[in-house]
Amino acid sequence: MTPLLETVGLQKAFGAVVAANDISVTVERGQRLGLIGNNGAGKTTFVNIVTGHLRPNAGRVVLDGRDITGFVPRQVRRYGVSRSFQIPQLFASLTPEQNLLMALGILREEGMSFWRPARSTTMMAELESLLARFQLQQYRESAIAGLPGGVRKLVDVAMAVTHRPKLLLLDEPTSGVAVEEKFPLMDVIMHALEGSDATVLFVEHDMEIVGRYADRVLAFYEGRIIADGPPAEVLGNAEVQRYVTGTPL
Amino acid sequence: MAVVGTLTAAFVAFAVLAVLGYLLPTWFILVVTLAFSKGLVALGIVWLMRGGLVSFGQGIFYCAGAYAAGMAMRSLGLTDAASLVVLGAVVALVPGLLIAPLLAGYRGIFFATLTLAVSMIAYGILNKTYSLGGSDGFNLQAPTFFGYHPTQPQSISYALFLVASFVTVAAAGLSRVHFDSVRGLLSLAARDNEIRLEYLGASVRWVNGVNFVIAAVLAGAGGALSALSLGHIDPDFAFWTTSGEFVFLAILSGYFSVTAVFVAAILVEVVRSFSSQYFPNTWQGALGVFLLLIILFLPEGLGSLARWPRPKSAKPAAAPAASAE
Repeated sequence: MTPLLETVGLQKAFGAVVAANDISVTVERGQRLGLIGNNGAGKTTFVNIVTGHLRPNAGRVVLDGRDITGFVPRQVRRYGVSRSFQIPQLFASLTPEQNLLMALGILREEGMSFWRPARSTTMMAELESLLARFQLQQYRESAIAGLPGGVRKLVDVAMAVTHRPKLLLLDEPTSGVAVEEKFPLMDVIMHALEGSDATVLFVEHDMEIVGRYADRVLAFYEGRIIADGPPAEVLGNAEVQRYVTGTPL
Repeated sequence: MAVVGTLTAAFVAFAVLAVLGYLLPTWFILVVTLAFSKGLVALGIVWLMRGGLVSFGQGIFYCAGAYAAGMAMRSLGLTDAASLVVLGAVVALVPGLLIAPLLAGYRGIFFATLTLAVSMIAYGILNKTYSLGGSDGFNLQAPTFFGYHPTQPQSISYALFLVASFVTVAAAGLSRVHFDSVRGLLSLAARDNEIRLEYLGASVRWVNGVNFVIAAVLAGAGGALSALSLGHIDPDFAFWTTSGEFVFLAILSGYFSVTAVFVAAILVEVVRSFSSQYFPNTWQGALGVFLLLIILFLPEGLGSLARWPRPKSAKPAAAPAASAE
């Protein structure tokens, strides 16, 4: 069976800094991949290349057998790739409800309709389901600026899943969130994704989160992948401990 | 249902305006007709403002609509007011379609300056085009109305007021319906976060380009109505101060309410009428003070008064996931 995502020899440099150095990865459908590495290791660059935000200097990105290298985010999204952001990228002048309605509206190709109301019956039904899955009902009409950081993260992820992506990339979903709230946040996200056939790649610094929610881990260091395998194997790898997680005392 | 409600409200508004126009003095309905004409242009700027853009060059489309109506009346003998307004809108569509792809990629001061530059080129050309009256422009005869040819000034004013009111409520009603649609939300989203919108699959360039073309059409209709109500056209229709006046109206009204655009336009026209009569040398100063007060106390414009329900602040308790560290 064709792998969902295949990257072949990805290269990306910003001046003298090499952010991606021969990144070749194959991702099978349904996997939950954790991407770990220090700041500047190349995790977000990898996400940005796959989602079309950055064009690689060399290499290819193949999604479901189709070469999507160099496609812009709008095109990549059409082929079933979606993402959330380390700093939630929301529409600040809209309420969470309006943020989600708009994402749903674009999905339903109603973005071109000049007259069809955003609050149509079908849209509202989908909205209610989304709000319930992400436990956002009480915040639906709140101002974005006043939302707690974790709730903003949830709105950000909820917007990313509106079009039922084949591949969902979550960039540090628990960053900026209080320690005791990280697991509840991930629980809500993973529970909301249950039943979908989305393959999930998430960038994460918290190894407990990676250990619990990933079934495969890629460890990045200086633009290269230094380890790839099940969480226990990768987190126990001497090179990963030396360069990424630190050696246990 | 919301669409039907909005369009019904627009129809009722037109009926009320028709009755009021019959009761109010002629000088006032002349002022309101001109205010509606300028309000249409400002409504176009509101379309752009919702996407985060401000055009300082709407004068070019206003001028295109006015000259199209004037030339059709002068050269083709077309005198029907409604047809001339439609013609003005259609003719303004042409430069709108030509310019939109060029400017849709620009933002902020670059967009504003480029629109200003384009309108000033038109102003310069019109000033030197003597077949169109050069810098003096030319006068228009009184229009007819679906075959009705009024001779009394009061009847002409009232009939033109009815045409202006119909165009205004139609434009306002359709704009309101659009602003409440998904595409209407797209404009607000483009203003907030272009990158995220692209990631969701929408083209910001397309959103802004379409808004620009619609703004051009509204300005063309407004220009034709202005030309008919003033009975005169000259290149000042494309001058930057004219465009600036439309921006003034859009800022005064804000982008939340379409009704506020026309309320602001009437307010400004009334202030201008009285102040130019009683203190002709300082009325621009009065308008400036007026704008300062609006920016200080109603930064989102008059329309923000009608913005209800306002977004609530989130309660900190019972967050499903977390609060920011």
